[in-house]
Amino acid sequence: MSEAGLLVEAASLSIKRAVLLDRASLNLRPGELVVLLGPNGAGKTSLLRVALGLARPDIGTALLDGADPATMTAGQRARLVTYLPQMRDLAWPIRVRDVVALGRFAFGAAPARLADADQLAVAHALAACDLGDLADRATDTLSGGELARVHIARALASQAPLIVADEPVASLDPRHQHQVMRLIRSFVNRGGGALVVLHDLDLAALYADRLVWMNEGRTLVGGSVAETMTPHWIEAVYGIEASVTRTNGATRVLVGR
Amino acid sequence: MTRARWLIPGLCLGILVALVAACLLGSVPLPPARMAAALLGQGEPGDMLVVWQVRLPRALAAMVAGAALGISGAALQGLLRNPLAEPGVLGVSAMSALFATVALFYGFAAAIPFALPLAAIAGALAATAIIAWAAPRTRSVVTLILVGVGISSFSGAIMALLMNLAPNPFTLADMVTWMMGSVANRSLDDLALSAPFIGAGAVLLVAARRGLTALALGEEAAAGVGLDVARQRVLVVLGAGFATGGAVALAGAIGFVGIVAPHLVRPWVGYDPARVLVPSALLSGLILVLADIAVRIIPGDTELKLGVVAALIGAPIFVMIAIRRGSAR
Repeated sequence: MSEAGLLVEAASLSIKRAVLLDRASLNLRPGELVVLLGPNGAGKTSLLRVALGLARPDIGTALLDGADPATMTAGQRARLVTYLPQMRDLAWPIRVRDVVALGRFAFGAAPARLADADQLAVAHALAACDLGDLADRATDTLSGGELARVHIARALASQAPLIVADEPVASLDPRHQHQVMRLIRSFVNRGGGALVVLHDLDLAALYADRLVWMNEGRTLVGGSVAETMTPHWIEAVYGIEASVTRTNGATRVLVGR
Repeated sequence: MTRARWLIPGLCLGILVALVAACLLGSVPLPPARMAAALLGQGEPGDMLVVWQVRLPRALAAMVAGAALGISGAALQGLLRNPLAEPGVLGVSAMSALFATVALFYGFAAAIPFALPLAAIAGALAATAIIAWAAPRTRSVVTLILVGVGISSFSGAIMALLMNLAPNPFTLADMVTWMMGSVANRSLDDLALSAPFIGAGAVLLVAARRGLTALALGEEAAAGVGLDVARQRVLVVLGAGFATGGAVALAGAIGFVGIVAPHLVRPWVGYDPARVLVPSALLSGLILVLADIAVRIIPGDTELKLGVVAALIGAPIFVMIAIRRGSAR
């Protein structure tokens, strides 16, 4: 029986004696938005890479739809989960439409050669991210917020059931942060699963179904916003004092009491 | 898009015109009618000789070598995600020329068929492999280009050593020709020796072109959309190694064409690294045919070397791209 979604269990990973992961665990199922929280250097990106099969854990297991992702071909993996790494800049100022079309790469498509199904997926993704007017613009003429949306569109175009996004809202203004998170949220509402690394606790509280807290290579705790967005875990993970207020279902974090 | 559609046919037409021009122009005047007759195999023996033994083989050699360098440059730029990557700059041509020189002057080339292109390809592959091995270990392309400078200097030093040991002035002159790059005195046989390898390299690169577009996202994201990055690297290294090695076996080390052509083509194809490949090959073939015509008709006692002309045009463009990139970042 194959388990839809991704699962990492007690994974440890070290490179050149530096411990990146220490028995870290994580799971993501379709239909939920999981936010991974932790300070810089906590091992969040390493955990994502293990979950995606881009790195093989020294001990522990990673499963993607019930199989070891490290043994899959890159194409098989890409059809199950889309990965949006931190780096958004493109090496060439290629067109928005062509970047989004790269989401279809695992289906044998290239921007110069799109089958009907690919064209349809690209058109849908462009529309969903409100990029219709920008489709023929070169990516080097876009603002950071627009470029972030292009990458979300690329992920949607792949039609993979899962998205893993590493800091998709880094260096965006509040409006664009919410725009990107709303796009991910609506993907999840349509039945997709999303694992997102964030540094903004308020944003995490607003959009996450579940939080996973990470520090020094370990996943300390996982659970709902109500259960885990507490001064205790904020201090345990970030080493800062904070007060958490809940009014009308909205959770707000005030750092420094 | 419509502009892009005319690019490849336009370049093909340009090459055709340039090849005809190359057959027409030269030190011996040859009117179009006689040239056409000779080209069709019905001219006077003297005309036939000029067209089939001298002008056409040389123009074709320039075209094929240019195309090989152009497609290699475009592919390496896609792989390394930098417009300054090129067989010449990365030391691939120099290493290839060194291996070819060794094969040539120690008699392997005469003793074993295909030894010359094989040696040139071995040299090109060695250098390309070093670059591709170093690339993921350094995030900086400047470092990579410095590695290329290192490979070039090393090859240059060994080449200088070989020159010191050259048994006679004629051998020495041959070596210089080789290092500077030239298609003078090439025959259709020389072309036949290198063309299969260049063709194989070009096929590999064209087969790998889809991955080059994916690499625009960066290696992690490219892997994320389903690209086998390691396999992509091997394909491009082999393809560029075969094509560049074949070009060096044919024409010696000609630098910078692999930078100029892709640079000019890119805006026409929306900067898509996959769609840059074929037009770059055609344009850089065209550039070398034209440069070789220039080399032949510029009056003077000794003929300029093709590689020198290519560098005179290409090096300033290289510097210009480098400065512009510096200010953009």
